[in-house]
Amino acid sequence: MIKIDIHKKLSAYDGTMNLYIQCQIEKGEFVTLYGESGAGKTSTLRILAGLLKPDKGEITLDNTSWVDTKNKIFLAPQNRNIGYVFQDYALFPNMTVLQNLEFASKKGQDKKVISDLIEMMELGDLHNRKPQTLSGGQQQRVALARALVCKPDILLLDEPLAALDYKIRLKLQDYITRIHNEYGLTTLLVSHDIGEIMKLSDRVFVLEHGKISRKGIPNEIFSNKKISGKFKFIGEVLKIEPQDVVIVVSVLIQNNVVKVIADKSEVQSLNIGDKVMVASKAFNPILYKIE
Amino acid sequence: MMNWDPLFITLKLAVVTTAILLVISIPMAYWLVNTKSRSKPFIETLISMPLVLPPTVLGFYFLVAFSPGNAFGNWINEWLGLKLVFSFGGLVLASIIYSLPFMVHPIQSGLSILPHSLTEASQVMGKSKWTTLFKVLLPNCKTSLLTGIVLAFAHTVGEFGVVLMIGGSIPGKTKVASIAIYDEVEAMNYGAANFYATVLFIITFCVLLMVYLINGGYLKRFWK
Repeated sequence: MIKIDIHKKLSAYDGTMNLYIQCQIEKGEFVTLYGESGAGKTSTLRILAGLLKPDKGEITLDNTSWVDTKNKIFLAPQNRNIGYVFQDYALFPNMTVLQNLEFASKKGQDKKVISDLIEMMELGDLHNRKPQTLSGGQQQRVALARALVCKPDILLLDEPLAALDYKIRLKLQDYITRIHNEYGLTTLLVSHDIGEIMKLSDRVFVLEHGKISRKGIPNEIFSNKKISGKFKFIGEVLKIEPQDVVIVVSVLIQNNVVKVIADKSEVQSLNIGDKVMVASKAFNPILYKIE
Repeated sequence: MMNWDPLFITLKLAVVTTAILLVISIPMAYWLVNTKSRSKPFIETLISMPLVLPPTVLGFYFLVAFSPGNAFGNWINEWLGLKLVFSFGGLVLASIIYSLPFMVHPIQSGLSILPHSLTEASQVMGKSKWTTLFKVLLPNCKTSLLTGIVLAFAHTVGEFGVVLMIGGSIPGKTKVASIAIYDEVEAMNYGAANFYATVLFIITFCVLLMVYLINGGYLKRFWK
């Protein structure tokens, strides 16, 4: 279990922001940090990793103190057992895929982990390639595998899938689920993508202006109403067009634009860019064969 | 019969200077890239001074500082057994300072354009600063290292003012090729001057050409 209770003053683009994070992450849990850009998600991850020093507070893993400003304890990142996947993957360009993984292993560590990870992440054909010759999705798989070589106490993922296109993202979400379960990991993910969060996480922390404003399971957090819909999709409002009696709302769901008819009262609270859920009761589903 | 001594001394000086510069410039550049110290601009200024200062100024102060006639020079002479004025050792020391920016600047800029996440990734994996520097950072700025080595080498070959002031022009000891040219011209030996000049011209041309070929990717197959 990881207990976090920290404060740090951050300089943001519009002055300073106070980051106050208080939370607990249970062993084996998959938690997502969700929030707008600049809310302090990445800073929280960096503080956990030891790449950023908090001004005040404590971080404890089970019974080990990582940070305790009262007793002047600050464990360097080298001494915390962490897997970190960076936004830009941070693969070492001078090393092959295999060398990247080997570099991450500790002295005297069993090399079997590496061959297991290569197999699991399906990197077998790529192990002699340099990172810059790989596609984005392949690089991401290498970065994930590399972060797991040290068998981390906690895996930190900083928007790992943001730069990838939709199809590859889905595939990598499966990889993440698989490694999380297989290795019994404790995982903290930073993500903007509600669909992704729903699919992957046990709990969500919503971060607003440096504070956790809400915690809960994804379903509770992202839908205020209890809908007994059979089909539920998360999307973003692109257009709201009044037409005669009804209003047509265009919603981007994954990579498709869907038009939904709504009435005036429903649209009142909607703005372009809002995240919405499109749900349908299943009394008239129609099936199209697509493949 | 041509006297090859000045050319040998020039090459020896350039090789020794470049080797020592490489060793001291890597930690210096690393420090400059990572420091938040307020002294950084002052240190950077000092390192860059030889770019703009007339070499004779540097040579003059060396001469004054290391002359056995004053306390400091005398102390070095007696305690370390080093005579830095009119000796090869003095030439090396002066050249190191004179060519320092040519080695430090390329390495510094090479290190600073590497994404910071590389360092952080290595730290999170439990690697020390030195391991990170030598296994991750330096191998990813090979071209900057090469540029530094070659520029420092070529610049040392082309020195004149500093080596004249601190080295004198002792044949077989401190008379480098650039000074030999000057001496030969003064003695109206245009043939000999032309010989040294041609050799220097060819060396510097080849050395610089090598940098541009390698960094431009023309010789990629040989530099991996």
